[in-house]
Formats: sequence, C-alpha cells, structure tokens
Amino acid sequence: MLTETAGSGRVEAEERRKVRRSWLLSAPALTVLFMAASGPLLIVLVYSFLEPAEYGGVVWKFSDEAWFKVVFQRDIFDGTLSFADAHLMILWRSVRIAFLTTLTTLAFGFPTAYFIATRPASDRNIWLFLITIPFWTNLLIRTFAILEVIRNEGIINTGLKLAGIIDQPIQMLYSDFAIMVGMTYVYLPLMVLPLYASMERLDFRLVEAAYDLYASRLAVLRRIIVPLVKPGIVAGSILVFVPALGAYVTPRVLGGGKNMMLGNLIELQFGAGRNWSLGAALSITLLAIVMIVLLFYVRAVQRASEARQ
Amino acid sequence: MALFGQRRPFSIRRLPGFTMIAITCFVLLYTPIVTLVVYSFNAGKYIAIWEGFSLQWYVAAWNNAAVQDATIRSLVLAALASLFATTLATMAALGTTRVKPFRGLTAIYAMINQPLMVPEIVTAVALLILFAVIKVATGVQGLYYLVAAHTAFCIPFAYLPIRARLEGMDLTLETAAADLYATPWQTFRRVTLPLLFPGILAGAMLAFVISLDDVVITEFVKSAGQETLPTYMLGQLRRVITPEINAISTALLAISIIVVSLFFVITRKPS
Repeated sequence: MLTETAGSGRVEAEERRKVRRSWLLSAPALTVLFMAASGPLLIVLVYSFLEPAEYGGVVWKFSDEAWFKVVFQRDIFDGTLSFADAHLMILWRSVRIAFLTTLTTLAFGFPTAYFIATRPASDRNIWLFLITIPFWTNLLIRTFAILEVIRNEGIINTGLKLAGIIDQPIQMLYSDFAIMVGMTYVYLPLMVLPLYASMERLDFRLVEAAYDLYASRLAVLRRIIVPLVKPGIVAGSILVFVPALGAYVTPRVLGGGKNMMLGNLIELQFGAGRNWSLGAALSITLLAIVMIVLLFYVRAVQRASEARQ
Repeated sequence: MALFGQRRPFSIRRLPGFTMIAITCFVLLYTPIVTLVVYSFNAGKYIAIWEGFSLQWYVAAWNNAAVQDATIRSLVLAALASLFATTLATMAALGTTRVKPFRGLTAIYAMINQPLMVPEIVTAVALLILFAVIKVATGVQGLYYLVAAHTAFCIPFAYLPIRARLEGMDLTLETAAADLYATPWQTFRRVTLPLLFPGILAGAMLAFVISLDDVVITEFVKSAGQETLPTYMLGQLRRVITPEINAISTALLAISIIVVSLFFVITRKPS
C-alpha cells in the first residue's frame, strides 16, 4: 500500500518535471513572441485611449476621442455630429472587397482543388507544387506582376491596341476592380490548399452510390461533394478573408490613393495623418473583426468534429 | 455504337467544366509571373513593348548602389532572423511534442501561431509604436529592431516543419541510446539532433524566405536608410517603372523558388 503511493508520487513528480521542461524549452520563443508580436498589441490598445500629439505620437492623457472618431465626425463649424462617412466607407469597402475576393477565389479554387484531387496519385504532387510555388513567392512581386498586366501601358491594353480593337487604353488600374483582381490572384493558393486537403480524403464510393441511385451531376456536387468538403471550404474562406481584410500592399499598389482599404487608412494615420490614437483605434477595430471571424471558424470546426463523433 | 464510342467514357470523378476552369486557373496563375520574367530581359525601357533580348537591366540593377545596399541588408536580415527563429522554434518544438498534454500547452500553441492570425498591418503598427518608445528612451539605433521583428514572425514558420518531423520520429532509437547508458545530452546530440536535422533545415529555409519577402512589417519598423529589397521596390513602384524592377523581381523569385524547391525535396516523405 505504502510503496504504491510512493510509486504514484514518483510518477507525478516525473510528470511535473516533464511539464517544467516543456515550459523551459518554450520560454525563449514565447519571450521573443511576447516582446515583438503579442505584447505590443496591448500598447496599441492603450494608445487608442490617449490623445494624439501634434506631430505624431501621443500625449499621456485619457481620451475616447479616437474611438469616437472611428464612427462619428464633428462638424468644425457648428459642432453637429454625423457619421464619419470616409471611415465607414473604407471599412465597408474593405469588408466588401475581402468578401468578394473570398467568393472569386472559391469559384476558381474549388474546381482547381477538385481537379488536383482527381488526378492519379503520382501526378498530384506536381500540380500541388505548381499551386504552392506562387504561395511562397513574394506577395509584392506577384502584385507587381498583376500591375504590369492591367496598367494602361500594360500587356492587355497594348495587346488590344495592336490588334486594333481599342484606340484608348481601358483604365483598369486604381479601382476596386483592380484590387479585387490582384487579391484574387495573390490569395488563390490559400483557398486551393485547404480545399485540396479535404477533397483528397473524399470517399468516391459515396459519389458512385449517388450515381447508381440516378442522381444528376449537379445533385452529386450539391448534395454529396460540397457537404463532405465543407471543412475545407470554411478553412479556405477564412484563410483568404482574414489577410484580404487587412491587406495593405495590394490596395496600395493597385488601388492608388483614392481606393483605400482599412490597412491603408491605418497607415495614413501613422504617416501624413499624424493621428496615432485614431490609427491605434482603427487597428484594434480590424483586429476585433478578424478575431470574431476566427472565433466563428473555431466554433464551426468544433461543431463539425462533434457531428462526426 | 460509333456515336457513343466518340464520347468520353463516363467517369464518376469528372465534373463538367471543372477541368477547364482548373487549367484556366493554372494559366492565369503563371501568365503574370512569366510575363514579368520575360520582360526583365527586354532591351527597351518599356514593359509592354518587346525590343529584343538584353541583360542590360540586370547590369543596371547590379550596378545600382541602392539595390546593392538593400540586397545585402535583406540577406543579412533574413539569415539572422532565420538563425534565431529556427533555434527558438527547435527548442519550443522539443518542448511541445512527445509530452502528455498539460494545462497551458494550448496556450503555448496559440502564442506560437499568433503571428499567423493577427493582420500584419496591426503587428506593424504595434511594433512601430513600441520601437519608437524604445528608440527615444535608449537612443539605440540599428538593425536590431528589424532582426527582432523578423525573428518573431518567422518563429511559427520554422516551428511547423520541425514539429511535424518530431511527431513522425521513431522513439526506439532514442530509447536504445538511453538503454546503452548514453546521457540525455549524448542521446540528444548523437541521436535526436541528426534525425531532426532535415526538419530544422526545412524550418530555417521557410523562415529565410518569409523574412526575405516581408514588406509590411519592415516598411513600418525600418528607420531611414534601412531599405530592404522589397521596401525598396515598393518605393520604386510609385515612380516610372523600368524593367530594372522586373530584373530585381526575377532574381528574388529565383531565390524563393530554389529555396522552396529544396524545402520540398527535404520534407518529402520517402515513398
């Protein structure tokens, strides 16, 4: 009896030692991440409640003006309140562009992932590699590549001019359309990879069974394939939506000064706008939206795994 | 019979139109990149009019002092960040795998993956504020800030392949070493580390590429005169674009593609 408790005590001590070892080994990485990734987010939160200093930076005085300004604006002459149209419009544009980008990447990505998943096993890695290469190459370079294709002196316009179809170049650059084309292009691999991961595991006997029961192709797609690869659709959509919402480089290069997204508005506050508090408040707003979306995703995954059990 | 013979045999895997969309997708994915590379060899100074083959833009970029400066800074930064991130990630991976789940393990995972979840612009702004405060308080300037920032966001990329390798590793060799009276350190140094090495190398390569490609965080953290290749290019895009940018892009693309291809070779499961 006595030896048994002593034995379990030793096992417990061993477990505790292992846990301590885990923490010790992780500590340096966690420290760096806290100092240069998570911790600074707290400072942003603090800054959003301070008064902006005249030439950038903040004055250490509590103020909720920045948060107020995210949504409202005060008329300089009579002090009446109205919604801050510029901010709300940019917020709305960011959400809309990110959403549309998610839809277009899904429209292109779904058939592409399905195509890869139905290749012979030996060919799949090559197709997958072709999708992954752009994913690991510089986002700025890929955006620049799109810029060269759609600008006024770009490939499309020059080609159409040489063919005699148009006299004047079609203005595509510096518009929401350009941002959407660019973002669909740069984020497409983020949609294809998770979709492929779930399609690879698709049990085609179920598809065969559906055909045997006289289901049409559309019915098979809608009732069998889509429900089975839903986790991939959700994961891909999140992976595209989140970076698209916070995009900075693509709207800056393809959207020009007028077609800002949230990322560019934030940058403006830290640059020419010189309102760090407002910039901080807008950053927290963006972070909050992203966290809500991620939370929704975690819930969806949990529900899916519960349903499977 | 002949009529049916000409039709493609019914396959349960085929969905009409999907193959065409997929092929279109691949073509669209590569056309802009190929165009960019092709026009880097253009003899003329316009990007859309082909005037013959020439390497002049590569020569121009090579001789451009600003490009040289930015290239060296980019490479030094990527090497340092990848070295630090991989070391820290290896330790963290050793700490978080092959251990019974304990309270706090999920928190460690979340913390390590945090840079993947927070929008880059938010991290960039946060670091801008933090480093501005530190710079004013200490007066320290230099590349340290960029190295710290890059190390942090490279950690999750280095961590993932190392952890994957550790999880797939067989415990028997280490147990055998311990049975043969190897000390824990000897076991680690002579057995675990060599087995883990492909994972570490893969992690270091991903970290290197990720650091080399970063624009947003670098753009916000850098001091005046600390351009990296991507931030230099971002600045140039506002001016008249010559094929010199294509040449620089092509060189960067080549580095990324080589490193990533090596990564695939290293991490490929032996079949």
